[in-house]
Amino acid sequence: MANLKELSLKEDYLTGGHRLCAGCGASIAVRQVLMASDVPVVVGCATGCLEVSTTIYPYTAWKCSYIHNAFENVAATISGVESAYKSLKRQGKIDKELKFVAFGGDGGTYDIGLQSLSGALERGHNFVYVCYDNGAYMNTGIQRSSATPIGAWTTTTPAGKRQIKKDLPAICADHNIPYVAQASISHWKDLTAKAAKALEADGPAFLNILSPCPRGWRHASNETVGIAKIGVQTRYWPLFEVENGEWKLNVNVREAKPIEEWLKPQGRFKHLFAPGNEQLLAEVQADVDRNWEKVLARCP
Amino acid sequence: MSWDIKNIKKWKSADHPAGSTIPVGGNAIEYKTGGWRSEQPHWLEDRCTHCMICWIFCPDSSIQVKDGKMLGIDYDHCKGCGICATECPKDAIQMEEEEK
Amino acid sequence: MPKTVALTGNSACAQAMRQINPDVVAAYPITPQTTIVEEFSTFVAKGLVDTEYVTVESEHSAMSACVGASAAGSRVMTTTSSQGLALMWEVLYIASALRLPIVMHNVNRTLSGPINIHCDHQDSMGARDSGWIQIFCENAQEAYDTTIQAMRIAEDNRVRLPVMICFDGFIISHAIDRLDLLDDDVVKKFVGDFEPAISLLDPEKPVTVGPFDGLYGYFFEFRRAQELATLGSLPVIAEIGKEYGQVSGRHYGLFEAYKLDDAELAVVVMGSTAGTTKVVVDKLRDEGVAAGMLKIRSYRPFPATEIAEALSGVKAIAAMDRSLAPGAIGSPVFQEIRSALYDNSERVPVIDYIYGLGGRDVPPTDIEKVFSHLAQIAKTGKIDQVVNYLGLRE
Repeated sequence: MANLKELSLKEDYLTGGHRLCAGCGASIAVRQVLMASDVPVVVGCATGCLEVSTTIYPYTAWKCSYIHNAFENVAATISGVESAYKSLKRQGKIDKELKFVAFGGDGGTYDIGLQSLSGALERGHNFVYVCYDNGAYMNTGIQRSSATPIGAWTTTTPAGKRQIKKDLPAICADHNIPYVAQASISHWKDLTAKAAKALEADGPAFLNILSPCPRGWRHASNETVGIAKIGVQTRYWPLFEVENGEWKLNVNVREAKPIEEWLKPQGRFKHLFAPGNEQLLAEVQADVDRNWEKVLARCP
Repeated sequence: MSWDIKNIKKWKSADHPAGSTIPVGGNAIEYKTGGWRSEQPHWLEDRCTHCMICWIFCPDSSIQVKDGKMLGIDYDHCKGCGICATECPKDAIQMEEEEK
Repeated sequence: MPKTVALTGNSACAQAMRQINPDVVAAYPITPQTTIVEEFSTFVAKGLVDTEYVTVESEHSAMSACVGASAAGSRVMTTTSSQGLALMWEVLYIASALRLPIVMHNVNRTLSGPINIHCDHQDSMGARDSGWIQIFCENAQEAYDTTIQAMRIAEDNRVRLPVMICFDGFIISHAIDRLDLLDDDVVKKFVGDFEPAISLLDPEKPVTVGPFDGLYGYFFEFRRAQELATLGSLPVIAEIGKEYGQVSGRHYGLFEAYKLDDAELAVVVMGSTAGTTKVVVDKLRDEGVAAGMLKIRSYRPFPATEIAEALSGVKAIAAMDRSLAPGAIGSPVFQEIRSALYDNSERVPVIDYIYGLGGRDVPPTDIEKVFSHLAQIAKTGKIDQVVNYLGLRE
């Protein structure tokens, strides 16, 4: 596990000059993940904020090779790249060591991209899938995804989302892949260690990263990292990993902060504090508790 | 390798790379996003312990570091989000209003 | 020594794939393409090919994986039909726009609904604007030969576009036909080594494939460059067809003119029905009728000038369409032929015959009806009905 000074010597695969919003959590996630690699990477990206903002022709913020295909198919696309690599390597036509990383937002991963993700995981391709989870289809204007937390305002759930968040890491873990982890940009040490493990895994790895969005969550651009931290401290976003099927809680939040501390700084939850909505607030806390217990039950 | 796109607005179909593939990496560095700022971070060097926290949290790769030490801020690309100032444990970065 | 064999069209194509030995195949089974992927799987299992074979979970992922593999600088093939082609529709446009030389068999099958697994050309017609080169085959021999040529066409530096090899489901794919296979080393030499124009796998030369183009961007220029490459592939298709003729004894062009030189009545057709039409043309010629046929081989790009010239001496033409374009005047082949002939100095009457939808059989007697209709039109100079149907219960 590297310390910050050691990490700071690594190559930064993402340059400045991209057009992501000031304070965007996604680019922080990308930087932290890729600096964990000791070997050149090839990146695939699903349509979404990250893709659109980092590759506005004729500029690319990616120092490594990169491919964007469509919205729901980055896992399938990277499967193809990885298969080509395997084939060419086997035939002796290529001898470099390379790693393959697919990035998708929660939109392109939890929903429209779920099929191709599942296929790639099931086939056992050697790649890392990184989901930068900002809880909505942000690029198209903050519409709800199955990753949107219950109660959140989005442009397609203006009264607050009624369904709980889909448990994607568990779905990925149930594909029996070598490595699955949930991380947060606030906890860089935990995230970079997990990224390193994911890249080292012999087979598919899945990382789910809490990436706050100032625009969509309605908070100030300087609060991005702080809010991610509170997400962990309120147990909203448990930090765990699953290595070869063995679940492990990485950060045991013994005394959780009340969920209000997570909700209050975000304008998208404002309506939960309106008088008469106490029941909704209670639902949100109950769901956080339920999810935390679910994770705990899997970890020894 | 660099790609000369100075006159790209005058390029005809045949001048563009086939299939719109950008033939280089990382040339976004040539695009300046510093003009987005309404607030500017100021680095108070004497308070800095070079802990690198600002560097790991900058969304725009705009904290300049070398050999484990912070050098300064890339004002060509810094968007003034203020994360560095908020996260710095030593208050060594302070946001000030951007001068016009 | 070329081998004479009895194989189904699908088996013949699987053999061609084996001989080409692509680096990656990502494919999903669908009737009537299935036996291609099944046979190819046995080659993979037996170690007869170096191919990395990806058993993707849908056709959308098949084409997506092919795009990734091709952009990674490897030689890529796949195959599909019908709903599968429809499912990968958005990625077809991306493959051609990114100028990736992917080669794919589309075993022609109609599109649901209702669901029908039999042959018509509705599937590939839906992709005629996708930027793919589309070449139609009359029989198993052509399917085999075209597969080998397709690799060269796609990878040619003047082209660098994906190629779709179309042949009729069940009629060609599953019927055992007699054909000649080339020797493995002959195919290997003809196809040559793949020299990719781009590769994602060289860290010294990073590239960004598939960027975002904004409102004040260059999209129109990219599309125009792609269009020019598509049009520019016409002579390449002819050139490679000729080279293949030198190697195999079977010369291929952009279309086949069958007894067309002095023909008065001409039928324009694509696919297996061309075989049936040849039999009818021969019969009519024996009866003293100046019948002829033009078989379209390269549908995209469409050799309009060449076809217009070939049909210029004829008195009446019937375009045969095995697909529907509801709301338009007739179907695609008719539209393209009529458009191609528009600038000819002499206006020749052209009619449309829509036939064989959902695998409806097309016996020689049906084709004879077409020629009778043409004879009537040639005599009177008048068209009674522009769009007609063959074999429809009406």
